[in-house]
Amino acid sequence: MALSADEASRFATLLEENRDELVASWTDRVAATLRGRLSHAELERQHGELGKGLHAALSGGGRLLTDEQSAELRAQLSELSSSRARQGFSATETAVSVFALKDAVFGILDRVGGDAILRDYVAFTSFVDDAALFTFDSYVRVRESLIADQAEQLLELSTPVVKLWEGVVAVPLVGTLDSARAQVVMERLLQTLVDTSSPYAIIDITGVPAVDTQVAQHILKTVVAARLMGADCIISGIRPQIAQTIVALGIEFGDIATKASLADALRYVLSKSNGR
Amino acid sequence: MDRVPILKIGEILLVSIQIDMEDQVALQLQEDLADRIVATGTHGVVIDISALDIVDSFVGRTLATIASISRVLDAETVVVGMRPAVAITLVELGLQLPGIRTALNVELGIELLDREHLGEPDQEDVVIEP
Amino acid sequence: MSDEADVIEVRSDQDVVRVRQLVRTTAVGAKLSLVDQTKLVTAASELARNTLVYGGGGTVEVVRVANDVRHGIRIVFADRGPGIADLELAFTDGYTTGSGLGLGLSGARRLVDEFEIDTAPGRGTSITVTKWCR
Repeated sequence: MALSADEASRFATLLEENRDELVASWTDRVAATLRGRLSHAELERQHGELGKGLHAALSGGGRLLTDEQSAELRAQLSELSSSRARQGFSATETAVSVFALKDAVFGILDRVGGDAILRDYVAFTSFVDDAALFTFDSYVRVRESLIADQAEQLLELSTPVVKLWEGVVAVPLVGTLDSARAQVVMERLLQTLVDTSSPYAIIDITGVPAVDTQVAQHILKTVVAARLMGADCIISGIRPQIAQTIVALGIEFGDIATKASLADALRYVLSKSNGR
Repeated sequence: MDRVPILKIGEILLVSIQIDMEDQVALQLQEDLADRIVATGTHGVVIDISALDIVDSFVGRTLATIASISRVLDAETVVVGMRPAVAITLVELGLQLPGIRTALNVELGIELLDREHLGEPDQEDVVIEP
Repeated sequence: MSDEADVIEVRSDQDVVRVRQLVRTTAVGAKLSLVDQTKLVTAASELARNTLVYGGGGTVEVVRVANDVRHGIRIVFADRGPGIADLELAFTDGYTTGSGLGLGLSGARRLVDEFEIDTAPGRGTSITVTKWCR
């Protein structure tokens, strides 16, 4: 519900005339919910800024949070949620920071008195509610991007390619291989072959709990791609159950060399490359 | 039309493909290379494709044909320097490049030729195909 | 959001090279991963060559597309050639009426995320492929 021009200007005046009192009471309420995890001074600064932004939006002719005049205010709110999200505050704690403004406004309206108190209060709070919901939305967006970033970092962490010997690199695969991870492993392994000019790669699957058709396909594709580039892959660490699954699924490993352990694979590669 | 240069280095011919080839250029290379193999009497050809950002089925087929023609002319072909992204794409495309030997780079390619063909002339060649 | 489409007339070998270059530039602009760029350019090369060799020439249209959740690149290959009578056969690995390896259609389909074909004998062929950013 949009504010009327009258309401907006009364709201702006109220913010202007009672700025210090409003910020102080707002800050007290928020500080109570955050229990000291942000300093009083820091909150006071943030609320002072928000109060100014709100005043600027309303006195500039903004009637709704989505209005053009409120752009600056929206930027402040997303800034607030983004910093709260990164500092580990919950969504509620972030939204409450904005909601608390309502109580602070009510305190002042109550003291000032007047005929239109209730009407004004309802109008103001609907504007503040929009602001709080907006904060909530931006909070969720920031958290989602944080999670995506972390997932990517995890992917990087979990797929090391190590140089084992001159001309031999190895990828010890640990954990469940999904399609995305398998693709990262594949690309990283092939790139390492080029970078280290290693004609041999050992893919060790000792740490892989289960192999399904999809995972096996990814491994096979990696081996074929490596071959196209002129490198040989050896698969090591196939546990008995996995060997059984591979056969039961009817997956053809063809002429790909397989060895029981990483050590066997390395010995095999060295004997092959010494024969050169 | 551009032409891919063929260099003779020691006992081998080195072809380094540096341009995005039109199909005609690839076919021209196939002809030029056959001529040079006969003219130089080489037993080894190294084709460096490290500058190619894609290999489609046409280029793949041309490489396979070059390898077959070379073999008939008693020369072994090694394709070197295929980029990882290209290799992954070829696997997905379903292109196998049978009969093509590959190595990671020019140096390893030359090593492979030395080991397999140039070093010990003629003994390995006594294979009677059915 | 849909940007302006770039259109290339495919009449010769050089045009196939131009299609590859345009698709590459667009893919880099759309921030596709290196492997996805390579897959898309390879698919475009296969299909543009089909347009030239089997369709007797035609047009290739490259455009960046986006919906609410993702963005990507769409390429349309259109020709007024003889069309394809037996689609199932045309998609069989290794089948070819020309001199290729018979991997063009089936291979290109594996390299992209979406693949639509509209063809009938005598009506020409129009193939639309889309690759989404991950």
